[in-house]
Amino acid sequence: MTKTTDPVAINDWQVIGRIDDFLKGQPKQTRLLGQSLVAERHKNGDIKVHEISELGETLRSCPVQEKFGHVWTTLGKPKRELFDIPEFQQIDRKYVGCGGVMVKASALRVVENFLDIGHFPYVHTDFLGSEPLTEVKDYKAEIRIDVDEVWADDISFHQDKAMLSATGGKAVEYMYRVVSPFNTVLYKTCPEKPEEWDIIGLFAQPLEENLCRVYAFMLVFDSQNTETDLIHFQQMIFFQDIIILENQLPVGVPLYDGAERSIKADKTQLQFRKWLKQKGLQFGTDQET
Amino acid sequence: MSSKPNTQKGLYLYDYILSGNCYKVRLFLSFLQLDHELIPIDFFPGFEHKQTEFLELNPLGQIPVLMDDGFVLPDAQAILVYLAAKYDSTEAWYPKDPKLQGRITQWLAFADSITGSCSAARLHDKLGFKLNIEQARKKGHQNLRLLDDHLVENKIVGKDWLVLNRPTIADIACFPYVALAEEGGISLNDYPAARSWINRFKKLPQFIVMPGIPPLHGMKNNEGKFFNQEGLCFS
Repeated sequence: MTKTTDPVAINDWQVIGRIDDFLKGQPKQTRLLGQSLVAERHKNGDIKVHEISELGETLRSCPVQEKFGHVWTTLGKPKRELFDIPEFQQIDRKYVGCGGVMVKASALRVVENFLDIGHFPYVHTDFLGSEPLTEVKDYKAEIRIDVDEVWADDISFHQDKAMLSATGGKAVEYMYRVVSPFNTVLYKTCPEKPEEWDIIGLFAQPLEENLCRVYAFMLVFDSQNTETDLIHFQQMIFFQDIIILENQLPVGVPLYDGAERSIKADKTQLQFRKWLKQKGLQFGTDQET
Repeated sequence: MSSKPNTQKGLYLYDYILSGNCYKVRLFLSFLQLDHELIPIDFFPGFEHKQTEFLELNPLGQIPVLMDDGFVLPDAQAILVYLAAKYDSTEAWYPKDPKLQGRITQWLAFADSITGSCSAARLHDKLGFKLNIEQARKKGHQNLRLLDDHLVENKIVGKDWLVLNRPTIADIACFPYVALAEEGGISLNDYPAARSWINRFKKLPQFIVMPGIPPLHGMKNNEGKFFNQEGLCFS
């Protein structure tokens, strides 16, 4: 496909890789919103990103920033700064980047799945939930207009192995935060430091309408497990989701009424869709024809 | 490496959670009910298997690697043969019969061809590895056609598995990357016998899952018990 014409997706910051993915003198080609890009780290350490044509000719140069362990660019003129995740400044947290995984699905489907608590016992059996403890108790979900984010709060769910550092099944508290349409983080009970929250996040690079690369990361308090242990745990959870994500229809997230049947547990998803609709986002959505 | 064994004693597997070749060894260790410890390798995104410390263990830079009381053995297929020969006193998984061993070895070699095609396509599609994807998928389909036809022919003579009417290490060697083929864009739609064979695996006692190979939801195994994620059965 060719570069999207969706102004909402174009005029926003999007992830294009991990900081470690870009080494000096090794230009990398990638895709963003249907557009080919080349990114290269120059001698002075700065990364330059350019849109390129089908024939490889260099077109316009794109703004770049390196933040949250990842590299961000935009194909347009963002109306606002890149979102903030203040917990990145807490130096005693362990940061673990899990690398980019390609998913043949809309990036929005990936974000929606991340927000869904109901699937835990069925897809992440014995880790994030198990039958018969499948009830999703009532919780709060809202669009926070002041920060232009979607939040879900007051969530409690029984989990068998909520985090690698967790021992034994227990009720785990959750908060969800959608910081921009393709980027989301969750806060969950920290087994090692009850006064803090562990953070897991997904930055999704929308390559095409039906294809994305998803960078998962963790920002946790965990003195027991190695970085590799944590990567394996997170990748295991994510690859359990992939089989579901790649088989969802329609491919785009439907933003029209009556497209899918929802239940009470899908509150966050419904707020997310409402927020996308208010923004007028088109990329990765299914518009009624 | 994250946690190199301090002692030589015991059974260790250098392992990556998403690797089908590591999974086939985990699966066989489960079938044999052998106590072991996993040593996680940061295959992706860290490429730890290509770094000096790991290359000393296996110069080919491939996982899995087994360590048994200090004996280091790379190669998933070699590990299956070793574990069967050493620990399977019933000789069910690798019978001491020249013809059967020859037949099984044929499938062990075929498993490498499945890795070179179906697994390669999956590495391309999921982790962004650079390779000729059309060629990998084409070869993957050729392999699946062959495997599916063979299973159909076996079924006619009353055999449910690749070599015998019970699973052997030939089946374990071929199973993971066939079951994971769709992650590489290789549809299993045209291979119904292979799909039934995958489901038969999931009903075996001590079967364990991996991400991408989910259990048969709500299914009972041969003993009439349900599975949980670890493959342990409960009534």
